[in-house]
Amino acid sequence: MAYQFDFAFIPDYAGMFAHGLAYTVGLTVAGGAIGIGIGIGGAISRLWNLRPFGNLYRYYVELFRNTPFLVQLFLIFFGLPSLGIKLVEWQAAILAMVLNLGAYSTEIIRAGLQATPPGQIEAAESLALTRWQTFLYVMLRPALRKVWPALSSQVVITMLGSSVCSQISAEELTFVANFIQSRNFRAFETYFFTTAMYFGLALLIRQAMRLIGRHLIVRRPLS
Amino acid sequence: MISFSLWDIVRNLAIGGALTLLLSLVAFVLGGAAGLLVLFARIGKWRVPRAMAQMHIELFQGTPLLLQLFTLFFGLSLFGLDMPAWLAAALGLTLFTSAFLAEIWRGCVEAVPKGQWEASACLAMSYGEQMRHVILPQAMRLAVAPTVGFAVQVVKGTAVTSIIGFAELTKTGSMIANATFQPFLVYSLVALAYFVLCYPLSHYAQSLERKLHAAR
Repeated sequence: MAYQFDFAFIPDYAGMFAHGLAYTVGLTVAGGAIGIGIGIGGAISRLWNLRPFGNLYRYYVELFRNTPFLVQLFLIFFGLPSLGIKLVEWQAAILAMVLNLGAYSTEIIRAGLQATPPGQIEAAESLALTRWQTFLYVMLRPALRKVWPALSSQVVITMLGSSVCSQISAEELTFVANFIQSRNFRAFETYFFTTAMYFGLALLIRQAMRLIGRHLIVRRPLS
Repeated sequence: MISFSLWDIVRNLAIGGALTLLLSLVAFVLGGAAGLLVLFARIGKWRVPRAMAQMHIELFQGTPLLLQLFTLFFGLSLFGLDMPAWLAAALGLTLFTSAFLAEIWRGCVEAVPKGQWEASACLAMSYGEQMRHVILPQAMRLAVAPTVGFAVQVVKGTAVTSIIGFAELTKTGSMIANATFQPFLVYSLVALAYFVLCYPLSHYAQSLERKLHAAR
């Protein structure tokens, strides 16, 4: 093979790679935090069939789970301006991430809430816990504990999916890779290195979610 | 100046949609076959194939599909192979699908109770016989619902191949949106088309899951 692999250019672009990495992490953190929040709200609305949110959430979840993230992104970034809603690229990217993850986490958290044994709720009532306390400590927290691994996987999947945000010129990691390879024509090396960065990031996020789960959900006894 | 009527838009999107469907089918069928190989390597007794299968799964589950496509698209051209977009798309999606399906199916094989292995071993069955007559029939029953569910991910995954220039539904949509200056209409139609493809699959997967739980 005549081609010589050359990874020597990577340190020269360290700053740009770091910028892209930070952008991707930012998208993931914002999308993850707000998306899971939406998911909790959605799961409650769906479970107790709060009008009109229960039904709205059902349509929202089905719509976002059955269309590609890329098309959602295009619809938000290119389509919404004709309705008078103009978003710059990072706003569109975050909105798409939030809505996408929100739809998936609604379903995941709902499954967790549904798995609460009825006896637990009866026990909480007999201990004179208020409805709010019952929900928070007897339903929501154990539910989150149960589905946390699934939720973590979904956050990782969404993070990996954020690579298509490069297509609306959000300056995340893949955008940076595209830019670099268009300058030095080392397409394979650039993409290979970027892929490795995503792989590392996926491991890190998994670990971070495990820590968050341990501190936010499992520990901290009833106050 | 060429003007597009709504019919022109829909007709062109239908052609793109047909390619999306074709690519999904190819990726799902070939990916399923490859996934079966990966599965047997992953749950088998030999150490080296097992490690390789695990690496394959982690690599394709832990990296973005878009980057997999880019690396294939640009990487294989380095070896002097002519890499048209459709081939890179089909190959990339097949590898992606094989990794996910192998992992899903592994979960199903491991969900078969251990007693089933022991009982079939007591009946002096060989590994192959155990697999064929005892383990796989039970695992397959468990596997149907999540496999159908994953088909939705494959259909949605094909959208990413638009970025390397394969003219499926999303790519056709962007081209039409650029030509007609009606992005909201065109992308809404594109989203609708994906929904029409995916919703029946998700719905079917859910009903299969319910049926399975009811039977136990």
